[in-house]
Amino acid sequence: MHRILSKEILAPDVVRFWIEGPHIARKRKPGQFVIVRTGEDGERIPLTIADVDKIRGAISIIVQGVGKSTRQLNALNEGDAILDLAGPLGRATEIHPGRKVCCIGGGIGTAVVYPIACGVKALHGEVVAIIGGRTRDLVILEKELRAAVDQVIVTTDDGSYGDKGLVTDALKALLAEGRHFDEVVAVGPLPMMRAVVEVTRPLGIPTTVSLNPVMVDGTGMCGGCRVSVGGEQKFVCVDGPEFDGHQVDFEELNARLRAYREQEAESLRLFDQATLCRSSQAR
Amino acid sequence: MAKKIIQKTKNPMPLQDPHERAHNFEEVSLGYPVDLAVLEAQRCIQCKNEPCIAGCPVEIDIPHFIKQVAERDFEGAYRTLMDRNVLPAVCGRVCPQEEQCEVKCTLGVKNEPVAIGRLERFVADYAALVKFTDDTPPAPPTGHKVAVVGSGPAGLTVAADLAKMGHGVTIFEALHKAGGVLVYGIPEFRLPKAIVEREIDGLRRIGVEIKTNHVIGQTFTVDELFTELGFEAVFIGTGAGLPTFPKIPGINLIGVYSANEYLTRSNLMKAYLFPATDTPTIRGRNVAVIGGGNTAMDAVRTSLRLGAEHAYLIYRRTRQEMPARAEEIDHAEEEGVQIMMLAAPTAILADERSRVRAIRCIRMELGEPDSSGRRSPVPVKGSEFDVEVDTVVFAIGQGANPLIRNTTPDLPVNKWGNILADDGTGATQKAGVFAGGDIVTGGATVISAMGAGRKAAGAIDTYLRNPSSDGFSPTDV
Repeated sequence: MHRILSKEILAPDVVRFWIEGPHIARKRKPGQFVIVRTGEDGERIPLTIADVDKIRGAISIIVQGVGKSTRQLNALNEGDAILDLAGPLGRATEIHPGRKVCCIGGGIGTAVVYPIACGVKALHGEVVAIIGGRTRDLVILEKELRAAVDQVIVTTDDGSYGDKGLVTDALKALLAEGRHFDEVVAVGPLPMMRAVVEVTRPLGIPTTVSLNPVMVDGTGMCGGCRVSVGGEQKFVCVDGPEFDGHQVDFEELNARLRAYREQEAESLRLFDQATLCRSSQAR
Repeated sequence: MAKKIIQKTKNPMPLQDPHERAHNFEEVSLGYPVDLAVLEAQRCIQCKNEPCIAGCPVEIDIPHFIKQVAERDFEGAYRTLMDRNVLPAVCGRVCPQEEQCEVKCTLGVKNEPVAIGRLERFVADYAALVKFTDDTPPAPPTGHKVAVVGSGPAGLTVAADLAKMGHGVTIFEALHKAGGVLVYGIPEFRLPKAIVEREIDGLRRIGVEIKTNHVIGQTFTVDELFTELGFEAVFIGTGAGLPTFPKIPGINLIGVYSANEYLTRSNLMKAYLFPATDTPTIRGRNVAVIGGGNTAMDAVRTSLRLGAEHAYLIYRRTRQEMPARAEEIDHAEEEGVQIMMLAAPTAILADERSRVRAIRCIRMELGEPDSSGRRSPVPVKGSEFDVEVDTVVFAIGQGANPLIRNTTPDLPVNKWGNILADDGTGATQKAGVFAGGDIVTGGATVISAMGAGRKAAGAIDTYLRNPSSDGFSPTDV
């Protein structure tokens, strides 16, 4: 059992937890993830480790409540225990010292980009972060990034905060100014990552994306998270989660992400119903 | 003196009705009742040369335990089993006795052999029912610490043996539940999970510590088990653990699974109870499982229980060449599985939503025997045909999981990534590291993994007492 040390709401349905896990904190490198399970009948949920505190022996995860399992997780509070926590899993980000990197985060993807950006800075690199959300409330980790990297650009689709537009608009603007990047790292919804790789492809800028497919065990055993990268089969859990964005077959990944859409909706509907019942009984 | 008349055939195992059981996850075989077990045990002629013992990878004193059953000394029989085998309820169910102990049975020369497996299962289940405990006092603590990586059959056997010798044993399991393939792979209807838990609880009682959610290679490397955690020896029994898919179009469509994923969803994650549990699976209406081993049988029989109207087993050779146990093939057919022999998939076809619509197969014929002695299948030109299915499961073998070898560069592996280990001792070329089970041999059986665990336990004990003799003789690999 792993105790929740703190809980903080970053945005609507987006929660940051700090969780006890000294053996994971001591080992984790940027880019790696954990598998979390909250109850005996629960799913194994893969989540990026957003940050670690080696002194307290704790890791932080940032969770967006989109389905039953993530909502159940987000309903836990400080002092509660997480039943299962396994990691760190996946390969660490390949960081080359002294590079100029543009780190792009879309929505919850910023939680994945943040530790990578910190990792680049730790190896004396230069980081421009572009973070975006549909609207002001959905932009996360701005303060943390401002404290960690050289420049932060915020975009919102509706213009409620920062520059109005998409993260790719901000990237294009930087490139049009003649800014040079050795590498781009983009993490967010699939359409966003696809759009970024199409901006960088003609310019030949190496672009890394972090993928979040359907996963079960997270140790290479089941093959459920397989993706095609440059025509080769890769397992995201052991070969990734980061890949050359120019080689990823996003179309196939997008289809595979929809595999359980109906079951997920059903599960969430039942969960919401039960939650509603409980809260009306409480009243 | 009148010669005793011996019943020629085994007493049949009571089974759940095939039509009923094809739709539930309850255990198929119901087990011998007491009197039937005694009757079956009395078939054993207690021959002098005891060939059955040599057929058992863990060398259970089979004639002795059977004699005890015949004499209704069930507690004694249980002790005889436990002396050599820590998982009798598991082995009684899943061991291929017909090619191990039973094939050697003297009675089997003219008649059917004694149903050794069924008797083993009877004794273990009876022991659990009346709560016999193994009160053999463990050896005094030696102060030595051993790490066991993986809690499948190999790891559990090593752990039990070493704990009985008085060594401190910690098992590291990557998943949230201990048992390895016994928990994620073999379905409830063939091996109820409560039975696995019961046998693992027995290990805890003799002092084995089990740490779940510890992925060795990630959470700790093998080297860190020595340097940071202070273990003096490490046994690696991680299983095969990397599914393989054929190189044909369509393998990444929605509805295509490895057997590992299909079975893990259903067994470990209990997807058959969804939405009461949270992990979903695709309940295919028409399901094709590719392969001919026990895993393929488990997958195709699972698909029926998940509601399939048509469950096809597609195998490129014929029934005679199938590696699965005959009993499992029979059970599958009784339940309504349709076996398509001499066929192999060439493509999986999609609908407009990237879901499986059909599987394209080609007919095969058997040619010359290959290196394994089995006649190799050859495609028949122009014989392609489509089978309408919405789910495809590949049970065609496994590769070696890379997590340990990627982080342990001085642990030699073969070209397939399997760890090189001495046949007789499990010793690897890295000092203090032993290995056994599927990670060494590639996909094999529960009992052969247990046999490897048994040998390794002896070698580890010797190593702990005298670390300069690591038992590895390079000529054996």
